[in-house]
Amino acid sequence: MGSLLLGVIAKPDLIVFLAAALVVVAGGIGVISYRNPVHSALSLVMTMFGIATLFIEQNAQFLAAVQIIVYAGAIVVLFLFVIMLLGVDRAEVFSRERIRAQRPLAAVAGVVTLGEILILGHATWATGAKAATGPVGNSSDNVFKIAQVVFSTYLLPFEATAILLVIAVLSAVYLSKRVVVNVDEALEAPLEVASSSDEESFDEVTTPKTSSENDDEVYEV
Amino acid sequence: MGQDPLFLGHISIGVVLIVIVKVLVAFVALMVSVMLMIWFERKLISDMQNRIGPNRAGPFGILQTLADGIKLFFKEDLIPDRSERFVFKLAPYLTLVPAFLIFTVVPIGGVVHIFGHTVELQVADPPMGILFVLAMSSVAVYGTMLAGWSSGSKYPLIGSVRASAQMISYEAAMGLTVATVVLVTGSLGTRDIVAAQAGSYFGFIPKWNLIRLGVVPFIIFLIAVTAELNRPPFDLTEAEQELVGGFHTEYSSIRFALFFLAEFMNTITMSAVIVTLFLGGPNGPILFGPSFIWPIIWFLLKTGVFLFAYVWFRAALPRLRYDQLMDLGWKVLIPISLAWLLLVGAMQISKVYGFVLFAVFIVAGGALLRAVAVGKESNEVDIVTTFRQESPRRGSLGGDQ
Repeated sequence: MGSLLLGVIAKPDLIVFLAAALVVVAGGIGVISYRNPVHSALSLVMTMFGIATLFIEQNAQFLAAVQIIVYAGAIVVLFLFVIMLLGVDRAEVFSRERIRAQRPLAAVAGVVTLGEILILGHATWATGAKAATGPVGNSSDNVFKIAQVVFSTYLLPFEATAILLVIAVLSAVYLSKRVVVNVDEALEAPLEVASSSDEESFDEVTTPKTSSENDDEVYEV
Repeated sequence: MGQDPLFLGHISIGVVLIVIVKVLVAFVALMVSVMLMIWFERKLISDMQNRIGPNRAGPFGILQTLADGIKLFFKEDLIPDRSERFVFKLAPYLTLVPAFLIFTVVPIGGVVHIFGHTVELQVADPPMGILFVLAMSSVAVYGTMLAGWSSGSKYPLIGSVRASAQMISYEAAMGLTVATVVLVTGSLGTRDIVAAQAGSYFGFIPKWNLIRLGVVPFIIFLIAVTAELNRPPFDLTEAEQELVGGFHTEYSSIRFALFFLAEFMNTITMSAVIVTLFLGGPNGPILFGPSFIWPIIWFLLKTGVFLFAYVWFRAALPRLRYDQLMDLGWKVLIPISLAWLLLVGAMQISKVYGFVLFAVFIVAGGALLRAVAVGKESNEVDIVTTFRQESPRRGSLGGDQ
């Protein structure tokens, strides 16, 4: 028992890697095998945490934190929002293929991706160095290193990404924009007219309020 | 900078034991303080509302929480028929675990020497410290969201959608203010952030980030954290009048107790995070007696101030409306915190640059506000005139109120 414990804590890297890899693979399998989309999304979160642990193992602490904040904290939350609010949160039936020859194509794509990862893991032509050769160095200067690379070598792609994000935000705002009427003022303005003519015009102006209320009720699933 | 001295040498069984002991002590201390916090809140709010509050179990009713916990533990555990059973059971733990994990990176004292090891009085000191806090508080959304969804009921779902939207919105402002702190510290580690706030101006004004950054980031962070915690006046999640009990309506027994526990645990940990970021954490003068005890006392005192403030908020402030909440988050807090971040960055480069930027911000902000007002005005006029001239078909719809 004592020697086993000693052996285990002598190789913390191996233990952490095995545990994290297990979490990643289990999560990945969960994503494709659960029938309920919410369960699949939760498995995806599990995979994210496993990958974050692997990043810490490689001393890439900043990447690990960003992995959790961006992917687990924002993107999968959005997935879940969409799944829950659009009401697709029920088990799917997989007996019929949506796209013809879906399964053979998926198998081919999987094999190609695996081959690509294996080649890139050993080759040096893509990045100039072998992928995942070891820790990036002292873990506390992560931010400095990333900042140096992002703001010098890769400044143009970085700025382009920023512009892309701004465009995405602006278009999202534009698409979801609804005409909003300030109800108080809209009521007041024609009231002066209404008092002089008849009460019909008062009803006309309350219309936008009721219609916008109906739009809001989409959320009540 | 930013390395836990415990892990620098060979990692022996002694080191592992110290880590385990630290985790256990932190967990027990947090549990006990949650118990005391619930009692403190009930007692204090009773005083503020001219009531007596719990006074039966133990001296001053201090064991009331324990009694309530035991009662909840032995209640029947209901799982609604239409619920998603697995997620329903998982959700309380997803709320509780991040609440505890945030506390692990908060420094609660100085450095002590045990059996030849240098031990920092915090469970872990990762180099990404403060990002870990942000990560965990963004993960905490899952508990709320899944609890509401898996209940298979209407009000919990609405409550959880509100809560998650609120938490996601305020996270942005929170992250930006944290970035301001990191900018002047030059490190992400929590202990470095505390160390950077040591010392004082003129010998008596402490060099806390609260003063160093101007008070604005502190206020924004305090508001954002209150919203993130779903505490009053931002507790729309559980607006009883509209939503029964919010996302945990369908929960009962020990699972309900776990949500409650997580809420108060979050209150304590987030107060501790505020103290770490803006009030110098355990920094303070060492007066007499053993030197390791004074930082802990200062830390507890500073955290206590914020715990009192949260109870005070609850007693004093009315709840915001949902649109007011979202407006405050997106239209006020995020722009101001972003502008302040740029300003602090400019001040780091040179004072002249900073003040010029400040002037530019004021002018640009004024112009922007005016533009928004003008745009709104013209829009409204357009709509009113259009509707007045439009067909009578729409007029008939308006009569159903």
